[in-house]
Amino acid sequence: MAAEVAEAEAADGRCRLRRFSCELGLLSRPDGSAAFLQGDTSVLAGLYGPAEAKISKELPDRAALDVLLRPKVGLPGVLERSREQLLQQTCEAVVLGVLHPRTAISLVLQVLSDAGSLLSCCLNAACMALLDAGLPLSALFCGVTCALQPDGAILLDPTARQEQEARAILTFAIASSEKKVLMVTTKGVCSVQEMQQCLAAAQRAASTIFQFYRDSVRRRYSKS
Amino acid sequence: MAAERGAAAEALVGQVVLPGDLLLLPAHYDEDAEGERLRLSAGTAPQGQLLCGPGLRRSGAGLLVTKCGLLRHRPAGGGAYWVDSQQKRYVPVKGDHVIGIVTAKAGDVFRLDVGGSEPASLSYLAFEGATKRNRPNVQVGDLIYGQFVVANKDMEPEMVCIDSSGKSSGMGIIGQDGFLFKVSLGLIRKLLAPKCEIIQELSQLYPFELVLGMNGRIWVKAKTVQQTLIIVNILEACEYMTAQQRKQALAKLSGN
Repeated sequence: MAAEVAEAEAADGRCRLRRFSCELGLLSRPDGSAAFLQGDTSVLAGLYGPAEAKISKELPDRAALDVLLRPKVGLPGVLERSREQLLQQTCEAVVLGVLHPRTAISLVLQVLSDAGSLLSCCLNAACMALLDAGLPLSALFCGVTCALQPDGAILLDPTARQEQEARAILTFAIASSEKKVLMVTTKGVCSVQEMQQCLAAAQRAASTIFQFYRDSVRRRYSKS
Repeated sequence: MAAERGAAAEALVGQVVLPGDLLLLPAHYDEDAEGERLRLSAGTAPQGQLLCGPGLRRSGAGLLVTKCGLLRHRPAGGGAYWVDSQQKRYVPVKGDHVIGIVTAKAGDVFRLDVGGSEPASLSYLAFEGATKRNRPNVQVGDLIYGQFVVANKDMEPEMVCIDSSGKSSGMGIIGQDGFLFKVSLGLIRKLLAPKCEIIQELSQLYPFELVLGMNGRIWVKAKTVQQTLIIVNILEACEYMTAQQRKQALAKLSGN
């Protein structure tokens, strides 16, 4: 099986990202698949599409994208549903769905282990799966989670423990074209200035993640 | 990634490009005020228009990459740029020769599964020598090798088994027996390249019949079932094996 593993670390002053690792094309049935690891958090993504859509779900001018997020234990609940909505909005913003009208694109994510920053790991795995499947994209996107500690310090890519101690947790989905923000979700209380600072830190970290994407894809194509 | 915005297209040929990268075309291509039109000029500028192939879209001053892969360039006839990407899912393209499986007969039209998002339609008159009285003997479950005459995102794809002069030229119903399997689209393109080493090496092993469909489907038939399965396994493994490993595997088999 063609499987690529690449790692990256970023030391950005105080803002450090955990070790990344990515495997592309590891599942044989989906059209695109990727496994993304951030520290101890890992998510497996499988993408099917563009495939035949049910008449009730098909859209006349673009592809219908739906996301399924499965937790590690138990049945999907309200939290998974809200995360699916966020992932769907982000993916629809970059996928060129107008090239495939009346089709369905399904993204299935399975949480393998959760040690903090789960939503950003899901975003990264989704982007890699879209790359692996060869769907037309207008830009890449990545997910970065910031934790605001009670003393005002910003921590990027927090672990589960740091998330619990934090005053607020912000997750950003950032596009590769001019670092535009595609999606923001916040949990907790923070001021406008703090949010701007977190956004700036996340945009800096996004450059590292996009470079990691490039290295993973380069490694994959160097084999064939 | 300020450096990635607007890199020269020629500099990136043969390298990996990612969606969102903007490729700038050489200066002598766009001298118009609009920047979109290409001028035909004598001298160093190539004749003809620049072709923007799969994986690229025109955007403003240059080409926007929409799929990840290796950037390729062909200087002949005005030049063409395209992205060589690995994919499993097939999207119908006009003129492609594909293997379809008949799933239904609806009146005068057969419905074929070609691996895309919609089933393709094939009229019973689109076979060589077919008339209203002389219908072709096609059953549900048969394999058909044909080409697309209509394939775009807005319409249902349509296939025919004759070329423009009315001859079948190898297309039509694929015979009994044999083995159908699926590989990635990149491997099919590699096998269809002229003087493909893999096919030449395999043909020295056993005689066999081979049909390659651009939708990733391959049909193989050899003299015995065992020989057929050996060829199937080698073709499937060709995706992951290097040339050296493949030669070793074939040497072992021909020694047996």
